[in-house]
Amino acid sequence: MALSEQEVLAGLAEIVVEETGVDTADVQLDKSFTDDLDIDSLSMMTIVTLAEEKFDVRIPDEEVKNLVTVGDAVSYISSAQA
Amino acid sequence: MAVVVTGLGATTPLGGDASSTWEAALAGRSGVRTLDNDWAEKYGMPVNFAGQLAVRPDTILTRPETKRMDPSAQFAIVATREAWADAGSPEVDPERLGAVVSSGIGGVWTLLTAWDTVKERGAARVLPMTVPMLMPNSPAAYVELEVGARAGAHAPVSACASGAEAIGMAFEMIESGRADVVVAGGTEAAIHPLPISAFAAMAALSKRNDDPAAASRPYDVGRDGFVLGEGSAILVLESEEHARARGAKIYARLLGVGMTSDAYHIAAPEPSGEGQTRAMRFAIERAGLSLNDIIHVNAHATSTPVGDPIEARGIASLFGDHTADVLVSATKSMTGHLLGGAGALESMFTIKALQDRKAPPTINVPNPDPDLPISLVRDVPADLAPSGDLAAINNSFGFGGHNVALVFATA
Repeated sequence: MALSEQEVLAGLAEIVVEETGVDTADVQLDKSFTDDLDIDSLSMMTIVTLAEEKFDVRIPDEEVKNLVTVGDAVSYISSAQA
Repeated sequence: MAVVVTGLGATTPLGGDASSTWEAALAGRSGVRTLDNDWAEKYGMPVNFAGQLAVRPDTILTRPETKRMDPSAQFAIVATREAWADAGSPEVDPERLGAVVSSGIGGVWTLLTAWDTVKERGAARVLPMTVPMLMPNSPAAYVELEVGARAGAHAPVSACASGAEAIGMAFEMIESGRADVVVAGGTEAAIHPLPISAFAAMAALSKRNDDPAAASRPYDVGRDGFVLGEGSAILVLESEEHARARGAKIYARLLGVGMTSDAYHIAAPEPSGEGQTRAMRFAIERAGLSLNDIIHVNAHATSTPVGDPIEARGIASLFGDHTADVLVSATKSMTGHLLGGAGALESMFTIKALQDRKAPPTINVPNPDPDLPISLVRDVPADLAPSGDLAAINNSFGFGGHNVALVFATA
């Protein structure tokens, strides 16, 4: 059963917090991974790998550059699940 | 360019920092205990004990830090933060600051856990940080990042001599004028079923499962192999000029390094100990000292039947009539063998011995080998001369015939 966008955001936030140490409250849909959350490309790839497993989705490497904000990632994961 | 020691840090089976480690060593405590897991039963391992860290790094480091570093790098960072703060967080031009941190085995936990992931969950589940975590220069690189070192970061690897070789290389960086300050030492995190099984397959490990704290017994007739330990020790080394200019406290001087190789066997030490003795002689000569100046040796002495007597005979043949006045300590009796961390930890013990004028004890030697031609410090610390300059050697030898001797002296 597909998760709601809110549930995907909460699950993604867990991964981001664990990986980077930012506050959960800072992981909002409009935040940019690089500009707001200071996530480098290697950390981004780690987050993607962990998210693929957690949400049982496939996020191709060429798609990762399009995931600029947290909202982009939540939308992608949500639609990939559907 | 004279080189001095201005900072110490450690995390070891005896304590979570340098001072608690040293106090436990002077008290003759063992850091070796039974593993708190089911590996021995599950995998049929013949050894179920080791010298495990007294304080786990995950109680100190943040969760993102522990996720991005192999345990070997985590240990090195814990020790580096202590050493750097202990040195007074020196103001130094980043291009004059180096990092030399070695591991003998490298990121074995990361490597093997990632392989388990490939087998069990497929290649897509392997994390992108795997390579930066498993590479053997990872601890050196993380220390470089931690202190902002731009003069050079190195990770010389020579099995159980690695940590000593790192300190020797740092010495040469300062002596040759490449750097004013170098953060140097060793680390190891190899208490994993595979290294234990592999060392056991060489019959290198003690199998005293019923009495782990008494298993590491260098020079005792009952010794049956080494005990695997884990941890890290880090020194801040500095040119004397730089240290004096900033009014730093100085623990000791690093006067010389001697490095040789045996060209004899991939694992066994050369039986005459000629290469080991030559390393000690070179280090003393480079220090500008005579044999009679050396009053203490922190021996490599791992508690193997073959290795210990070779080193002991080498010490005796080098020092001749002076041997009786050279107090030998085998601190692996308490810590176990930290492999790539050993040379750094035992350098720290040598430095503290000079500073406190006390040679640490060797424990678990109720029946010294009768052919032992050295003055072994047993059970309780031995006082060194209460005044005057003192000099001591730390020996480290590694599989492959690597021999490293470091000469330290009182500040």
